[in-house]
Amino acid sequence: MAVLNEEQTMLRDMARDWAREKSPVTAFRKVRDAGEAIGFDPKAFAAQAEMGWTGVIVPEAYGGSDFGYLSLGLVLEETGRTLTASPLGTSSLAATSALLLGGSEAQKQAWLPKIASGEAIAALAVDEGPRHDPAKIAAKAEKSGDGWTLGGAKAFVAEGDGAHVFIVAAQTGSGIGLFLVPADAKGVSRASRNMVDARSHAEVTFDKVALDADALIGPEDGADLLDRVLDRARAGAAAEMLGLAVQAFEDTLEYLKTREQFGEILSRFQALQHRMANQFTQIELMRSVVEGALEAIDAGRDDVAEKVSLAKATACDTLHLVSREMIQLHGGIGMTDEHHAGFYIKRARILENAWGNAAFHRERFARLAGY
Amino acid sequence: MATAELTNPADALEAFRKEAAGWLKENFPKSLVGKENVLAAVEGGSDPDPEAVAWKKAMGEKGWGTPTWPAEYGGGGLSFSEARVLQEEMGKIGAWNPIGGMGVMMLGPTLLEFASEEQKKRHIPPICRGEIRWCQGYSEPGAGSDLASLQTKCEDKGDHWLINGQKTWTSGGQWADWCFALVRTDTTKKHEGISFILLDMKSPGVEVKPIRMISGTSPFCETFFTDVKVPKENLVGEPGNGWTIGKRLLQHERTNLSGGGSLGRGRGPSLSDIAKHYVGTDAEGRIADADLRMRIVRHEMEAKAFQATARRVMLESKSGNISLGSSILKNVGARITQERAELTLEIMGMNGLGWSGEGFSQAELGATRGWLWGKAVSIYGGTTEIQNNVIAKRILGMLDHQ
Repeated sequence: MAVLNEEQTMLRDMARDWAREKSPVTAFRKVRDAGEAIGFDPKAFAAQAEMGWTGVIVPEAYGGSDFGYLSLGLVLEETGRTLTASPLGTSSLAATSALLLGGSEAQKQAWLPKIASGEAIAALAVDEGPRHDPAKIAAKAEKSGDGWTLGGAKAFVAEGDGAHVFIVAAQTGSGIGLFLVPADAKGVSRASRNMVDARSHAEVTFDKVALDADALIGPEDGADLLDRVLDRARAGAAAEMLGLAVQAFEDTLEYLKTREQFGEILSRFQALQHRMANQFTQIELMRSVVEGALEAIDAGRDDVAEKVSLAKATACDTLHLVSREMIQLHGGIGMTDEHHAGFYIKRARILENAWGNAAFHRERFARLAGY
Repeated sequence: MATAELTNPADALEAFRKEAAGWLKENFPKSLVGKENVLAAVEGGSDPDPEAVAWKKAMGEKGWGTPTWPAEYGGGGLSFSEARVLQEEMGKIGAWNPIGGMGVMMLGPTLLEFASEEQKKRHIPPICRGEIRWCQGYSEPGAGSDLASLQTKCEDKGDHWLINGQKTWTSGGQWADWCFALVRTDTTKKHEGISFILLDMKSPGVEVKPIRMISGTSPFCETFFTDVKVPKENLVGEPGNGWTIGKRLLQHERTNLSGGGSLGRGRGPSLSDIAKHYVGTDAEGRIADADLRMRIVRHEMEAKAFQATARRVMLESKSGNISLGSSILKNVGARITQERAELTLEIMGMNGLGWSGEGFSQAELGATRGWLWGKAVSIYGGTTEIQNNVIAKRILGMLDHQ
């Protein structure tokens, strides 16, 4: 556990209590059973906004608390433990980062207060295929008059069904640029995708969308900006994954301490003890690198990219292991829909794929480190 | 055997090949090629295709769905060599075996070994004809890996048995006609208090409730028995002998569940093909993701080692030796099945995580559901942990510390 200051400790405890009391796994089950495309409970999101969580990384001047990424990571971890369905990670962390890092004063004024209050949901629209690959962006923004005309299709846009504004990566002719596109702009259409985690991952199409010049966030050649935004999104996903891993592990441990077979409590079998000890070990390693990445972002260090790839690759491998062990060690009951083990492995695989899987980040780490 | 008068075994086998080819040509309609429904023997609903119905009837009457079972009980009465020839001839024209399910895979071989003559005559022929769907009443909520702690009570009421209790993980319970179950006839002894019984699922007091799985399907049920009367003659073997019979049946189950060496062979595109499609290739035609490529190689190599082991085990057991290799088949098979599903998912990315509806191909949705369902392979029919216990204790002689 990172050394937390008083504000961070309070924030984490508050998030933990809220998740346990107001947003347990049964709340996610309700969202799943409701089957709405939006994929979250607006009331739960409103409650999160009311507690200020939607503005944790937003400067005070724009209605936030400016507590930083580690603080928001703590919230995502705690709410991730109970699989809380919310746009917090996508809107309040990933998309907000684009505005913080590249936005003009006017763009920040226009959107950050609304995002910080929870009034608006923003989504990052980068990937165009089923696998994360920012090098394969084909969407195009062409200059027309003073502004731009945007065309292209984005795949599996997280919170794409409920977003009010998209931050879209597109080829500008001089590189990759990021564009602010309101969801109600003419030419924007979205198609829901029904996925295993019951959350929103929409196909969003931009058909000759006319944008003003001030829709561009940062430079026309903004690949570096995109990379930095993506690193923040990845660190946020890793924080949520940490929450999933911790809770999946704890629930499994609890089960082994209560389930009896052969006249013995399962947790007395040494073979199972060692498997749990191994998972505990991996989760401790995961925590160090996930928190390390968030701290590196807060400190503005120059090795954020390496730290983030280390964190995401480790998070993917660890959560993969823990989510599989959760089912296997629960046995038959973990295979039933009535139990929540399935919810964890389903959300786990989505997060493993989000913003680059373990192989992607191992490759990226190797490149950054000059291997 | 129709060719018994021929003395040269090779000639006899060739004669049988001709006979089999001729019969298959006459009875297997070409329109059924590729229309095999492996779940038909388990799931309900009559087959709407009249040609498939006729094919099943023909194979059932011929006994060739259970080719090596004795002809007197409705089997094909073939030797192993003849059965292999039959399989080869079926393969040539794309014919498939319409007779299957738990009756064939598990119960039949067990009845042949343990049942009375009357029980064999009554229950085996309908299995050979694929008329009766059987389900397995083994596990209970409190008796999973520790199966012998089962509590379902079976009382001797003089002219009948009276059964009370609950079973779970009853595969196909909602579609089954009959159930073979392990029940407790004696509460004073653990293993020796268990008996093996056959019961009609239509008996008053039998209630089934499907269990929804993480894959969204409900192939299993909870089965409740409330004062179910079962005729005396339905108990197989002696009372208290059920554990021996039930364990023998599990051996048939485990051999079948390991995939029997068919894993990774031929059917459908290879992992490498799928990866090249989704991930693309580099300038030299290799899978573009080097890390993924190496993990696919590792997986494929293990699958090949598994196939080689399954083949070796089969040859060794045919030559009458007990093969130690058989003990590892279920665990390795389970691991390979699950690893392949995880790799497929990783390759497909978000396309491999669809649940239903627009945006996903049938193959992609199938991969997702198969991945989830496949998590059961290392749990049912003896968990991986239990199989490892068997290896450690019975084969390696590693006993519990005292």
